[in-house]
Amino acid sequence: MDSSHFFGISGIAYILAMVAYIAYLAFKNSTVGVIATTITAIGFVSQTIAFIMRGAEFYDLGQMGIMRAIPLTNLYESLVFFVWCLILGYLVIEWKYKNRSFGAFITPIAGMALAFIDISGMDKNIHPLIPALQSNWLLVHVVLSFIAYATFAISFATGIMYLAITTENKKSGAYIFWTVTFGIFAAVLVAMGIDFLAFKIAARSPEAFIKSYLFKATFRNDSGIIAFLSYCGAAAFVFLVWRYGLALKKLIESFSISKDILDDLTYKSIAVGFPIYTLGGLIFGAIWADQAWGKYWSWDPKETWSLITWFVYAFYIHARFLRGWRGNKIAIVAVVGFISTIFTYLGVNLLLSGLHSYGGG
Amino acid sequence: MICRISSCLPGVLLGQAANKNVKEHIVSNKKENQNIVDRIWNFFSSVTLAVIVFSLISVTSIVGTIVEQQAEPERNIKLLAKFFGESLAPTAYRIFDTLGFTNMYRSWWFITLLFVFAANLIICSLDRLPKIWKVVKEPIKPLSPELLNSMPLKREIALKGRPDNARSAVEAALKRIGFKANIRSEDGGLQIYAEKGRYSRLGVYVTHFSIILILIGAVVGIFFGFNASLNLLEGTSSPVAYTRNGKEVPLGFDLRCNDFEVSFYENSDTPKSFKSWLTILENGRPVKINGKEVTEIDVNSPLKYKGIMFYQSSYGFSPSKDSLFKISVTPGSGGKKEEIALRFGESFNIPGTNITGKIADFSPALSMDELGRLFTYAQTMNNPAVFIEFTEGGKLKYRQWILKRYPQTWSIPDGTVEFKDLWGAQYTGLQVRRDPGVWIVYLGCIIMAAGLYAAFFMSHARIWITLKEEKGGAKAIIAASTNKNKIAFEQKIEKLAGGLNG
Ligand code: HEM
Repeated sequence: MDSSHFFGISGIAYILAMVAYIAYLAFKNSTVGVIATTITAIGFVSQTIAFIMRGAEFYDLGQMGIMRAIPLTNLYESLVFFVWCLILGYLVIEWKYKNRSFGAFITPIAGMALAFIDISGMDKNIHPLIPALQSNWLLVHVVLSFIAYATFAISFATGIMYLAITTENKKSGAYIFWTVTFGIFAAVLVAMGIDFLAFKIAARSPEAFIKSYLFKATFRNDSGIIAFLSYCGAAAFVFLVWRYGLALKKLIESFSISKDILDDLTYKSIAVGFPIYTLGGLIFGAIWADQAWGKYWSWDPKETWSLITWFVYAFYIHARFLRGWRGNKIAIVAVVGFISTIFTYLGVNLLLSGLHSYGGG
Repeated sequence: MICRISSCLPGVLLGQAANKNVKEHIVSNKKENQNIVDRIWNFFSSVTLAVIVFSLISVTSIVGTIVEQQAEPERNIKLLAKFFGESLAPTAYRIFDTLGFTNMYRSWWFITLLFVFAANLIICSLDRLPKIWKVVKEPIKPLSPELLNSMPLKREIALKGRPDNARSAVEAALKRIGFKANIRSEDGGLQIYAEKGRYSRLGVYVTHFSIILILIGAVVGIFFGFNASLNLLEGTSSPVAYTRNGKEVPLGFDLRCNDFEVSFYENSDTPKSFKSWLTILENGRPVKINGKEVTEIDVNSPLKYKGIMFYQSSYGFSPSKDSLFKISVTPGSGGKKEEIALRFGESFNIPGTNITGKIADFSPALSMDELGRLFTYAQTMNNPAVFIEFTEGGKLKYRQWILKRYPQTWSIPDGTVEFKDLWGAQYTGLQVRRDPGVWIVYLGCIIMAAGLYAAFFMSHARIWITLKEEKGGAKAIIAASTNKNKIAFEQKIEKLAGGLNG
């Protein structure tokens, strides 16, 4: 067995865990809860093994020592690492707060990320490091960035949950915000799933995939009618989420997660993630750029987007402490922060052109 | 819960003080008798301004990442056509261009935004610093019963023995959780008080200060440094580098490229490393750096001389008549290996024989198609190969492609010919930079790391314990507060109380 088998096991485990957590939420059966946790833990262990094995494969290929064998060199590997951090963070929270309900919100993010890898037909081959990537600064930069992204993902999940349980009025801005965000998230994923089923061709690279396949089966279909219907379908889907969003509120409420715990978790995740992101994402990134290119800041889209994300979270911290923002307002900022994070991470590589060779493969 | 507002002492309640400030600020703005300086100060110290500037920088930056910066107009027109349609795109482009969005991060208004951000940050911090400074300067004091009563955390414990004996137990218990006790006797007993992390309250200001430092470093770099590049062919030297706009920047010395080399991963065109061997020349004479005249640089390790950094950033291929083929020849008869350098079309002799080889063809990147035909697939030296014709007494004996990267192609019937390099055909692409501000930026980064650590992971915790005599023993009343991380602190207090009970 090689690393990809273990990655496969962990992917399946997270998706099963998602089902189990949702079942746990629905039936409130503690055995189901234990099963869900067990499956998650199995997935986590398997992913850890896979990560180490891939490192060993890399080591053999690159022949440049252990520090250059850490498998964090392209989009595929970094997404996998992100999922690993996320699950680790979640298991810590489950253990500390003795509450399993979050699992139903975290495992879908993990599942989505892994599904995205498969759907986009991302290149999973091991590529040896090009010279610019042979740097310890880059290594810590990537590791810390993804740890921070994982904490932000947690704050996103708790932020959405917070909004779900505190909003009742379907016409209120906060309610519309969370249902629409959630709905679009799910609709995009479904659309990607249709692409996958329709084309089933593994594109060479994410860029090629975006250009030729992404949303081609739906929103960007050559037939105007199908494209139009897709937009209608997505709108209807978002509408349904909006219409029946209160069901989610009931579900979460039945599980005695108070909104204070959610608010606190959102803040804590950001309070841990923000300094790590500042140091690892911005500072180490700048140091690496300085060492490799002789420019610590060049306003390329990736750098600019990471700055924007940083500003959003700085905004969160200041709005909370200085303007006393609480409740829905601050939860919305947390959700926006993670949307910006996703864009920094994926959108820039996939949609915008940039100098960054990193993440392209 | 890390909640500043609910867990702080009255009077030094940072969150509330800040909130109050905002309100006062709004009220005071309405006063007629403010002078202009006050008004400017108030404007720049307002958090509302910070919120607005944060948003403006973010939103404009987003536009800047969509519109391609410093690109050919056609590229952006094509891009804009996707948003506005073909017919409107040129007009849209003109509007974007006039507004500076095509070179946004250097436009006057973006730089102004950054300056407003900096001014906001400085003045906002200065505005609050005196209050914080007072708190930070003043060590913990014993408190009156009313104030102690208002503390968020309280415990009462009955102790055996007189207060004087209990005192050492309390001190020991405090020490166990890392606090150093101060003691004052008051009527009816003792007050023992201790604190930790008082200076962590400055973390926020340290963080803000570091941002200013980084901005200062960037400005110093822009005004007193330069950014340029230089392509140097192997064997040539240059006294200048060139900026983006093609302007010459004198280096103050000469830089020579002795050699350049790309190496690839086995069986692939992924470069493993690219290296240049450089020499600094002062008045035409080589200078020793770290004891060596030739310095090897590669992508993550630049050369530094007199404040100027040379980074390996790219490379290219530009052969000429004078480029030298470097080969080594070992005769099959067991003779010595011989190093040879020759130009295109020139011949060499295989030692100990009268066979001569002549370089008849060259490809920087040789490959073969499905039909077995050879072709050149790149204009860089990805897979350099020479075609050598071997003759004896004027008659062609055999001819062969010899590939630098594939040793199995080196052997010929009469020995081995290794193709080592085509020297003088590749140039090294160097990024040349002088940035006297970079150390300020680095210093700022270190300070920011420290400041963030203090702001998020440290807290100012205080404990007061009053010991009173009670019938047959003593009573300890613990009062405590922290500005952050209340849950962890509560656990500490539990530990403290447990230690006194036992
Ligand atoms: C992106 C740049 C900025 C960063 C990274 C930053 C960072 C921080 C941090 C980490 C805190 C501490 C929050 C906590 O205790 O958890 C803080 C507080 C604060 N920031 Fe900023 N800040 C920035 C910009 C600004 C600006 C522009 C202003 C100007 C209005 C400002 C004003 C304040 C104030 C007044 C506080 C509270 C101070 C206190 O509690 O005494 N910050 N900032």
